[in-house]
Amino acid sequence: MTMMKKILTSAVASALLVGGAQAEISDNAVKIGYLADMSGTYRDLAGPNGLKALEMAVADFGGTVNDAPIEIFTADDRNSPDVASSTVRRWIENDKVDMVAGLVASSVTIAATKVIEENGKLGLVNGSAASSITNEHCTANHIHYTYDTYPLSVGTPTAIVKEGGKSWYILTADYAFGHSLEADVTRMVEANGGEVIDTIRHPFPTPDFSSFILQAQASGADVVALANAGADTTNAITTASEFGLTQSGQTLAALLLFLTDVHALGAETAQGIQLTTGWYWDMNEEARAWADRFMEETGVRPTMVHAGVYSSTMHYLKAIEATGSDDAQVVRKHMMDTPINDMFAKNGRIREDGRMVHDMYLAQVKTPEESTSEWDLYKILRTIPADEAFRPLSDSKCKLVSNN
Amino acid sequence: MTMIFGVPMAVLSGQLLIGVINGAFYALLSLGLAVIFGLLKIINFAHGAMYMLGAMITVIMFDALGINYWVALFLAPVLVGIAGMLIEYFLLRRIAGQDHIYSLLLTFGVALIIQGVLTNIYGVSGLRYVMPDVFKGGVNLGFMFMPYYRAWVIVVALLVCFGTWYMIEKTKLGAYLRAGTEDSQLMQGFGINVPLLVSLTYGFGVMLAAFAGVLAAPIYSVTPVMGSHILIVVFAVVVIGGMGSIGGAIITGIFMGVVEGLTKTFYPPASSAVIFLVMVVVLMIRPSGLFGKEA
Repeated sequence: MTMMKKILTSAVASALLVGGAQAEISDNAVKIGYLADMSGTYRDLAGPNGLKALEMAVADFGGTVNDAPIEIFTADDRNSPDVASSTVRRWIENDKVDMVAGLVASSVTIAATKVIEENGKLGLVNGSAASSITNEHCTANHIHYTYDTYPLSVGTPTAIVKEGGKSWYILTADYAFGHSLEADVTRMVEANGGEVIDTIRHPFPTPDFSSFILQAQASGADVVALANAGADTTNAITTASEFGLTQSGQTLAALLLFLTDVHALGAETAQGIQLTTGWYWDMNEEARAWADRFMEETGVRPTMVHAGVYSSTMHYLKAIEATGSDDAQVVRKHMMDTPINDMFAKNGRIREDGRMVHDMYLAQVKTPEESTSEWDLYKILRTIPADEAFRPLSDSKCKLVSNN
Repeated sequence: MTMIFGVPMAVLSGQLLIGVINGAFYALLSLGLAVIFGLLKIINFAHGAMYMLGAMITVIMFDALGINYWVALFLAPVLVGIAGMLIEYFLLRRIAGQDHIYSLLLTFGVALIIQGVLTNIYGVSGLRYVMPDVFKGGVNLGFMFMPYYRAWVIVVALLVCFGTWYMIEKTKLGAYLRAGTEDSQLMQGFGINVPLLVSLTYGFGVMLAAFAGVLAAPIYSVTPVMGSHILIVVFAVVVIGGMGSIGGAIITGIFMGVVEGLTKTFYPPASSAVIFLVMVVVLMIRPSGLFGKEA
């Protein structure tokens, strides 16, 4: 009998232990890996300053969550999906990393999230643009936070077509991101009664755009749209300005433009350009206050990606604090159940496909006369409500969405 | 409107002109490489970094000291030339006479260091450089809008190219240079300071790259990585022209600019590959390049 009792007691005890393990923090530490392009084309929009934003979030938690220390790992993915998968695999297997943050080039993100899914960890995607990340490439193990190509096509093209820019000529970066943006924009232009008369697919990267700008001018289209990013976009805008594209009555639309790009161009060259953004540092008091802290740390103003990294990390750590667990599914569920109200978004919410939906903004670059300081670059023209901005779940191809 | 393969004649003329302008950049850059390889047998992988330094120095001097474009056009190449001579004196000289691969690796390492340090300081988004007022605007040629600055680039680049070719092939100084690299001991016996001549040649080669960099500053995004993109293309141009052939580098540079421009009109996705396609074909038919001497 005593024997029986002993066995029973230990069985109950071990059952309790197993049950309890889920509500505990693995290895008694929360380990975050920051994976981003730290030295190439996308360095400035995320890169080392994104790591700073992550560190600010960790510091705001005092470096620990529920007494477990928070450790940060960091690596340069060099925009290579191969480097990304092997780094994430090593982090998870050897270093016991719980969450991967950053994630910039869309191809890198798609590769990294596969490894994260296989290992049952969590990824918080902030830099990437492709909307396929929460559509055909969605997993139950990542969240796409800051923006994607869908709202980029909703914001700028709709506004320009409504202003009378009916015929469009698109210069597209010839790879996955450019193609998906081109497709999204074409659909949106046609839905609003406009027409895409031609597209040029240019190699990535292209240092000289004069030839393409000349062809765009000769086309006579109302609008010349740039479905590219980073240096390609800034080079194309500089060349368009040199060749007098806008003076000859055509509208130039940059579909993806980061604050760092506009800063590099300067208000003189970039003035009047309309763009869609997920966040702007000067859009309200809370954003400004955080941007001031960021500037003290880095010497520059944050892009929407920097703000997204901070906000998503805070949301993640708060979920661990509340649930007492760093298990990916427990944390993800809590993050989905809790609306996001902070310096980044108001009433932001994470859907079942992993898309964080929040208001987006149609902005216009200020003229040199309107701009009062180096980073005073945008005026917000319109708030695009969350439900209008992102791809509706009814159109989703994600395997996690119930209508599929 | 007259059409050629579905492209209006007017558009095509514009593209040809743009091709010549880009070709002028290729010519300036490949010329420097050809001078350095032809006379010193150094494969200078730091050439892209020197081009980038020319542009970066132009912007930095303007921002920090208010030094204008015209002064920079002279001063930036001189500063880069001095830096080049220091690199030659302290580093390249130690591996003189070794296999080509040593100079290739050494200069590649130097380029990575320069690029890495500047990326750390300035980032990669690009620095702003406002075009000098005289060059603002342009003229309508009927078939295209020609910015004044592009016209200036083509004139000045071709003048510098021709001047360099003339100096090396037709003057006494050029003769010394060529002789000094053929048989340095004999030249030293004639009382010519050959090591100094070598330093000056390397310095001059990278000056040409920096000069192209200054010309590029107002029209391209000035970033620490701008040189690495263009370097590979320029090497292909030099290979097509024939390693070390100075006239060949100039002619091929302009020709490749035009070929690339036409590809951008007829089939844009191939425009970054077309130069390498030409390189493969040329190497198959004439391994020493279009203007190279048969080995």
